[in-house]
Amino acid sequence: MLVIEGLSVRFRRHGAPPLTVLDGLDLTAPRGAVTGLCGASGAGKSLIAAAIAGTLPRNAETAGRIVVDGQAPAPGRIALAPQGLDALDPLARVGTQIARFARLAGRDVDATGLLARLGLAAEVARAWPHELSGGMARRVCLASALATGAGWLVADEPTSGLDGEAADRVMGLLGSLADEGYGLLVISHDLPRLAAVAAGITVLREGRAVETAPASAFRGGGAALSHPFARRLWQAQDVPSPC
Amino acid sequence: MLSATAVTHGFGSVRVLEDIDFALAPGDLLGLAGPSGAGKSTLGRILAGHLSPLSGQVSIDDLPLTLRAGRPCPVQYAPQVSELSLDPRWTVDRILRNGGAPDPEALRILGIRPEWSDRFPAELSGGELARVSLARLVLPSTRYLICDEIIAPLDAISAMDMMTALRRLAERGVGILVIGHNFGLLKRSVDRVLLLQSRKLAASFD
Repeated sequence: MLVIEGLSVRFRRHGAPPLTVLDGLDLTAPRGAVTGLCGASGAGKSLIAAAIAGTLPRNAETAGRIVVDGQAPAPGRIALAPQGLDALDPLARVGTQIARFARLAGRDVDATGLLARLGLAAEVARAWPHELSGGMARRVCLASALATGAGWLVADEPTSGLDGEAADRVMGLLGSLADEGYGLLVISHDLPRLAAVAAGITVLREGRAVETAPASAFRGGGAALSHPFARRLWQAQDVPSPC
Repeated sequence: MLSATAVTHGFGSVRVLEDIDFALAPGDLLGLAGPSGAGKSTLGRILAGHLSPLSGQVSIDDLPLTLRAGRPCPVQYAPQVSELSLDPRWTVDRILRNGGAPDPEALRILGIRPEWSDRFPAELSGGELARVSLARLVLPSTRYLICDEIIAPLDAISAMDMMTALRRLAERGVGILVIGHNFGLLKRSVDRVLLLQSRKLAASFD
């Protein structure tokens, strides 16, 4: 179980009042399921991911508690596939980077097998980050998180920049990892795909959770959603028409 | 008119674009879709003069596109990965002023909030950063804009707002090409969606 209690994050700023970006967030995510996180740009979704992974900027002050399976989050226990593609090392080939993440976690990894699960060809292991398209780089970020073998995965916008087929494959993979017993926190703007694999989804706005609803509430006109922003966000989604 | 004629490009032994013809008129709002890795960004960068194609040419009103030092190019390319294209040590205000004084109307259209001005890129969200990255390129001299996946980091409501903002920029005479995967949103909001697949460009028929 991943438990977040009363998480607040604020940024100290030079010559300006501190900026509160997350305000008293509570969230629980069970193992063996995908827990979704969505919301407006700038709502603080990626900051939650950074707070879990311990990668918040140095001027961030946090309050509250984050517990993963009863312990503090630590490398090897939880891995982050970040949204920013600047996470890739521009001076190392893709295969080398994936192997490095595995080595740091004390494991061996079949990098080409991992890439294949994400729909990438074996040659990608020999490529440099600048040779990848945005959608390929995103999947390499996910591969390096998976290579750590951590039982918990935080995936920040894993399908951003992917074509429909690749996005289906990646979201489907996250769903099957949950079936294998992994715990997953998935941040995504792609609500239709997220709702297809998630158990519950929390909607964030301006640093606060406005609603947590079962994924089944994200269907049709969104009548099962109680907060107007959550409903508006759902209605703005591009849901492929059934015909 | 921004046009590409018989553009062919590749990396090493891999051919990405073959004999591509393309035209974007002032005020046009076009979409470009295609599978991940098909070469959409490569075509976008060639149109903006960031890359020279192996063969073929890019021209504006029948004159070859040339880059002159100290003068903004009339074609601006908003890159897909904004976190890699902004100086992490510059404030938003400095980033927006880099190419010249920002047009307040364009900032308003793109939803750039005044309170971001003294923040650094790491203090903005992915979606906010994408908008700043685009806004710094909307200069009085910008006649064509290539927007590479700028919608990808946005939530659905902001994505629709962004397409509305791009339409308003197009109405001011800017020719805009939007590269994206969200086919439904593109189809609803642009004049025409082109499809790049297997090295060729085609008009999409759903």
